[in-house]
Amino acid sequence: MVTNNDTIIKIEHLSKAFGDKVVLDDINLDIRRGEFITLLGPSGCGKTTLLRMIAGFLKPDSGVIMMEGNDISEVPPHRRPLNTVFQRYALFPHLNVYDNIAFGLKLNKVPAAEIESRVRKSLKMVSMTDYEDRDVNSLSGGQQQRVAIARAIVNRPKVLLLDEPLAALDLKMRKDMQMELKQMHQELGITFIYVTHDQEEALTLSDTVVVMSDGKIQQIGTPIDIYNEPTNSFVADFIGESNILNGTMVCDREVEFIGHKFECVDEGFGNNTPVDVVVRPEDIYIIANAENAKFTGTVKSCIFKGVHYEMFVETDNGYELMLQDYNAFEVGSTVGMFIKPSDIHVMAKERTCNTFEGKMLSATTVEIMGGEFHCADCGLAEGESVYASINFDRVELLDNKEDGTVMGEIEFILYKGNHYHLTVLTDSGEKVYVDTNDIWDKGDIVGISVDISDLHISKRV
Amino acid sequence: MKKFFAQTYLWLLLALLYAPIIIIGIFSFTEAKVLGNWTGFSTKLYTSLFSGGVRHSLLDAIENTFTIALIAAAVSTILGSIAAIGIHNMRGRKRQAITFLNNIPMLNPDIITGISLFLLFVSLGVTQGYATVVLAHIAFCTPYVVLSVMPRLQQMNPNIYEAALDLGATPFQALRKVIIPEIRPGMISGFILAFTLSIDDFAVTIFTIGNQGLETLSTFIYADARKGGLTPELRPLSTIIFVTVLLLLIIINVRARRAARKQENI
Repeated sequence: MVTNNDTIIKIEHLSKAFGDKVVLDDINLDIRRGEFITLLGPSGCGKTTLLRMIAGFLKPDSGVIMMEGNDISEVPPHRRPLNTVFQRYALFPHLNVYDNIAFGLKLNKVPAAEIESRVRKSLKMVSMTDYEDRDVNSLSGGQQQRVAIARAIVNRPKVLLLDEPLAALDLKMRKDMQMELKQMHQELGITFIYVTHDQEEALTLSDTVVVMSDGKIQQIGTPIDIYNEPTNSFVADFIGESNILNGTMVCDREVEFIGHKFECVDEGFGNNTPVDVVVRPEDIYIIANAENAKFTGTVKSCIFKGVHYEMFVETDNGYELMLQDYNAFEVGSTVGMFIKPSDIHVMAKERTCNTFEGKMLSATTVEIMGGEFHCADCGLAEGESVYASINFDRVELLDNKEDGTVMGEIEFILYKGNHYHLTVLTDSGEKVYVDTNDIWDKGDIVGISVDISDLHISKRV
Repeated sequence: MKKFFAQTYLWLLLALLYAPIIIIGIFSFTEAKVLGNWTGFSTKLYTSLFSGGVRHSLLDAIENTFTIALIAAAVSTILGSIAAIGIHNMRGRKRQAITFLNNIPMLNPDIITGISLFLLFVSLGVTQGYATVVLAHIAFCTPYVVLSVMPRLQQMNPNIYEAALDLGATPFQALRKVIIPEIRPGMISGFILAFTLSIDDFAVTIFTIGNQGLETLSTFIYADARKGGLTPELRPLSTIIFVTVLLLLIIINVRARRAARKQENI
């Protein structure tokens, strides 16, 4: 548990690019002494890069990493007072368990008697007593990871870095190790910085979760904050199961979505503002009696998940919602549902349409996303800088990538109850957001085209 | 029937391959001056080879051969290992290019290597002798060491170098305490390979040995044969060298097999 608020590591404006690809984009983060902080995100989000920079294996392009008030950005890894537990253990194959753990102590010229007692103590800490003389190659994955943890903590680092340490273990072993890590963190009282792509693991272990995507921090908060109050639809979708829906804030404390008006607790969005609404599947109450319910629906599927049943329900207005309940409801039956005001989470929309910066090539053609698009004559001359906007549902995606004006790759898919909201990355590196009913897969290469009447041009000043 | 022919073919081939060396082996145990005459079993040629009663120059040649091989193998093992680590840390195109450049000298005919080294030493005005032979041998042995160390580096967990740094090792300590123990088997194989290549070499040696009267085994035998008739002591000598090389090869193979078995167990 965190006992005080003093900052041990302070990261300011940290950026890193590999070639053209930006992997970390202006990261700012304060890590408090003694806390268990988790960097969480899908693969390629930059979390491992950030950890490797803290460890000193990578140099930032810009920005600083401060540790206890000193800039350590230029300090080589062997002089940083922190230790790392690697994903693939990285034990030294030519040394036995004892010598692996004693490696750091011997380098620091710790007296032999002290090495002996510290190695034994840390072996005990990871429940590996009596394994000193074993060849590390003969150990199981879980045992190797225990030795790797012992090898790191025996040096009494101020900060322990863990790079997906449990990713290679099977589920049962992973659960056991999670509990042990948590306990170890309490006993040692040092700061843990943990990297994982497993949101459940992050919520279970951490004092603070840092959700990352695309090299940026999306949200920093306690597990409960992150779960209950996600700041955007990426976080809401990534953490746990959720129904993410388009809505409109009618006025303070009233929001309309799935064709119904609901009482909620959010204020200050302004009247008739488009918003995103998040409702967790366990927060939708379901009853067999449809008459007294807020809204009704038909059960489409019902699957037993161990503790609860997971159901998909099509509502009276044609939206599909995911629900979890302890009771099963028959497929095809009509059910009633309601949602408590405090369980409705309203988020400001990051954008309501696509906007691109472009340039007029002639009075009726505009260059955007690295391609030439036809547009209605708006009286602007060749060479003028313009903004072009396109509504989400007016972008056309084509199977045959050559048929589009430009090409793109589907990067992210979000189901919004009655349609998909796709993020498509164009070859020019821009993002196009598309609402569609068609089913696409992540990674599909598509052609993008826009009808002449759907492209709205305005002059850029 | 098919199996019988396959077996016969195999044994015939092996017999043809090994007949010359076996004949020399057999005739090393007789005293006859001319190869092919059997005048009864004797180990006199072996004793006279080592008593030095026959020719001092032969013993000198043997000594030169082995010291050159040792120095060349040792130096090329060090150079080759360092080069392999460097190449391993390169990425993409650059790595491909350097690996390609490393392979060319191995494919290049020895005679070309010999002539070009000869011309190099002449143009630099270096007096040719012991030092130039050693340098030449280092030059053609090093690529083989690189080739035998590279696979060890590729098998290595890429994080262990970082793990060593993380635990407080300087880059040099990490190299000495972690990287070298990991690639040691490759270095030993490379050393043995370089050693046998050096002992074996004639083409490069003859062009770089100069005319100061220095002889290695291969140049001595060549000169001896041209003078007419091989010295009988070469028979036991050839036998000893063959057996030595055979033993080294067996050691290399056993090591390789052990390493492979260990890899399987992990």
